[in-house]
Amino acid sequence: MKQASAPRDFWFWTTLCIAGLFALFLVYPLFSLFASSFIDPESGGFTLSHYARFFGKKYYSRALFNSMSVTACVTVLAVLIGGPMAYLTSAFHIRGKRVIDTLIIVSMLSPPFIGAYSWILLGGRSGVITTFMSEYLGIRMPTIYGFSGILLVLTLKLYPFIYLYVSGALKSIDIALSEAAESLGCDPLRKVATIVLPLVTPTVLAGGLLVFMNALADFGTPMLIGEGFVVMPVLIYSEFVNEMGGEANFAAALAAIMVVITCLIFLGQKYVVNRKSFTMSAMRPMKPTTLPPLPSALAHGFIYVLVFLSIIPQITVVYTSFMKVNGVVFTPGYSLDSYRTIFDKLGAAITNTYLYGLSAIAIIVLLGMFIAYLSTRRKNLITSMIDTFTMFPYIIPGSVLGITLLLAFNKPPLVLSGTAMILVLAFVVRRLPYTLRSSAAILYQISPSVEEASISLGCSPMKTFFKVTAIMMLPGVMAGAILSWITVINELSASMILYTGGTRTMSVAIYTEVIRASYGTAAALSSILTLTTIVSLMVFFKLTGGKELAL
Amino acid sequence: MSVSIHVQNVVKQYGQMTIIPGLSVDIENGEFFTLLGPSGCGKTTLLRMIAGFNSIEAGTISFGEQIINAIPAHKRNIGMVFQSYAIFPHLTVRKNVEYGLQFRDVPKAERAQRVDEILKTVRIEEYQDRLPERLSGGQQQRVALARAIVVHPSVLLMDEPLSNLDAKLRVEMRGAIRDIQKKVGITTVYVTHDQEEALCISDRIAVMREGVIQQMNVPQAIYARPANIFVATFIGHSNLFQATLSGQELRFSPGYAIDMGGQVRAGSDNTPVIAGVRPEEFLLAPPGRGLAARVVKTTFLGRYVNYELEFSDVSLLPDQASIEFSQDIGVARTVLRPGDTLSLEVNPEKINIFAEDSQSLMCEVAS
Repeated sequence: MKQASAPRDFWFWTTLCIAGLFALFLVYPLFSLFASSFIDPESGGFTLSHYARFFGKKYYSRALFNSMSVTACVTVLAVLIGGPMAYLTSAFHIRGKRVIDTLIIVSMLSPPFIGAYSWILLGGRSGVITTFMSEYLGIRMPTIYGFSGILLVLTLKLYPFIYLYVSGALKSIDIALSEAAESLGCDPLRKVATIVLPLVTPTVLAGGLLVFMNALADFGTPMLIGEGFVVMPVLIYSEFVNEMGGEANFAAALAAIMVVITCLIFLGQKYVVNRKSFTMSAMRPMKPTTLPPLPSALAHGFIYVLVFLSIIPQITVVYTSFMKVNGVVFTPGYSLDSYRTIFDKLGAAITNTYLYGLSAIAIIVLLGMFIAYLSTRRKNLITSMIDTFTMFPYIIPGSVLGITLLLAFNKPPLVLSGTAMILVLAFVVRRLPYTLRSSAAILYQISPSVEEASISLGCSPMKTFFKVTAIMMLPGVMAGAILSWITVINELSASMILYTGGTRTMSVAIYTEVIRASYGTAAALSSILTLTTIVSLMVFFKLTGGKELAL
Repeated sequence: MSVSIHVQNVVKQYGQMTIIPGLSVDIENGEFFTLLGPSGCGKTTLLRMIAGFNSIEAGTISFGEQIINAIPAHKRNIGMVFQSYAIFPHLTVRKNVEYGLQFRDVPKAERAQRVDEILKTVRIEEYQDRLPERLSGGQQQRVALARAIVVHPSVLLMDEPLSNLDAKLRVEMRGAIRDIQKKVGITTVYVTHDQEEALCISDRIAVMREGVIQQMNVPQAIYARPANIFVATFIGHSNLFQATLSGQELRFSPGYAIDMGGQVRAGSDNTPVIAGVRPEEFLLAPPGRGLAARVVKTTFLGRYVNYELEFSDVSLLPDQASIEFSQDIGVARTVLRPGDTLSLEVNPEKINIFAEDSQSLMCEVAS
């Protein structure tokens, strides 16, 4: 009924264009992926043998079990750490909150395998801590490889998602709610349990999903620290890369299994959240109060230790980047050798990163604003389908997306493999959701009557979007765009599949340097990436006037 | 400039739900017309159909002679004031007011002059360079009004513009809106759920319920002769008695009946009816005459006293919030206390009689 009467205005054509883009760059590739997972590479006919092989051999199905168990543990731990931390920093005065926030975000936004690599340097077989403990204290540290190592690295990297999500949600709780609870005789602890906790539950679930998906999709970390503990992304990557010759179909089947599983989890989460969600906006947000000395000391201790643990990889990386190297071996003393080497040999990787990143961001901002608008203000069948498809990147692990795009665009009519475009495409698809979500979030806060006011005054809907809506959306869009940007330049798993010699990015270069055991150059590249991340964050805080990062 | 509005048999549906089943209303040029009703009655829906923000499933809406169904909102030349004011937060007060003029061919000099004028009219000139976030609710309301009027719209549409203001400001602003509307002389459709506001601000009121106009008339007529029980109780208070009508004789109880003196359309003898009596339309009678009542609660309100009553030998329509009698303090010799008894008569000229089945008015309405 609504579509029938929908005018063929600006938004009508925008909807069509975006639907077209999605069909070409998301739906068609995914379809190809599923199709090729059922194809026998020799006869070209239909077969279920790839799936039979996966579920038949213990080696393969074990990877799935490993993935699920480590991911579930990471998610639970991240919630248990991130949630209380967000509450403590929101409800009470914590010294150095700005620094804490920045450090947490920096630790979250670096490539996770940096964490793995650093923790190996510290706690590995010949790591600094391990050696110190056994030589001076005679304590044998538990092994950092396998399940526990992945758990440690991913938890420390991913709890910030929960922290930031919950911090944001706590800010939207009006203090009057909490005062109302107190006025009704509720003590502070029960208040948290009966008011605060239920109000942030949908947010925790949303953040939990993000952590789950990230942990499930991550392959850099398990690749380095997992050793014998094989998880799905590692399996997919190695099957695809090792047997590129004729067994891409088996990798496609693995990827398809991943997509189906993540899809189910995602839908389940959405179902739960939809039933529990509600909108809030705080006229007077919660103001931090001062804790008594002892609890305050405990809270500070808890937070500082965690923040320190999560920033250790960065410190390690920056420190090693300045160490003197001889070839690829560290020697005593400090130098800028590593930096000299990367600018000589890997300069292209640096420029590629910025060039592709900025191109991707330009597209992301434009698409993000339009799609956010369409899905919040022009609800119809097509826009809600588009909205659903934008969730796919949450569902599709980066390496799977890489394979998907490669399988779809390495043959006519559209050959993109090996080009910079396919990398930009992967970046846009993977990182659009950040900008999209934060644009949509701010749109929900803008009353539609503001636009209607503009339209009622004679401004056409298209002009109104650019003159009023877009400007009012800008803080949310920028916040999302910076997050997209930071995650774009740190993107690894899809790039690993899609890059060629000429289109290598920094994160790919870091990974290959680590694999080559050229730790100095890897560290120097990582430091540049971290520096870019920090500068971007500072721009973000400057732009938003010190507002928190809106995910 | 300002035009009349003709709404003919319009239908609004959301999916399977029909919000407005077919509504017609003609609003005269320059008239201050109010859509009044409880929330969910379809009044805002209708207003937004006139504005162009809601689609029209059937029927037509015309401005003057021109049917506007197919004209998009931004080409309808309307001025709209929103419940949330919808002031553009990124523009100063002056820029907000000037906003609509840039889409009309108004020369720069005239633009400035018109903005100056309207800022003066609504008395916000001193805030013109401020950003809206630093304005109070009343000031934002004035900006919204100025912004809507300055474009010289064909019609002015106002959606509960005063509901976010405090009581005192509400009274002040409704006076201001009324004055400015008369001064500019623009056809205005005003939506509110506040009956007092509607009564004092409107030339004409349409009382709506469930998408249907229950009554449309000038405020005095709606108050004095409500078309049905819904209107009688929604606008002002009405005490509802179950009575019987034989010819012109309205009987409240075995001992009390009044002669309607030809005001009511007569039916067969002993027709059960509902008699609606406003609290201020009771007359105090000597003991033994009229209806005996007992005071349950006394509320002193300054200008008058309000008594909540209990009657002993009449039957009242069930589920009424209270039975009230109010007495002007100027004529009250003493203020009665709870437990005191009194006798009341009703004024046949003011009383309204409703059919028991259809609940609609049986009195002749002087037109």
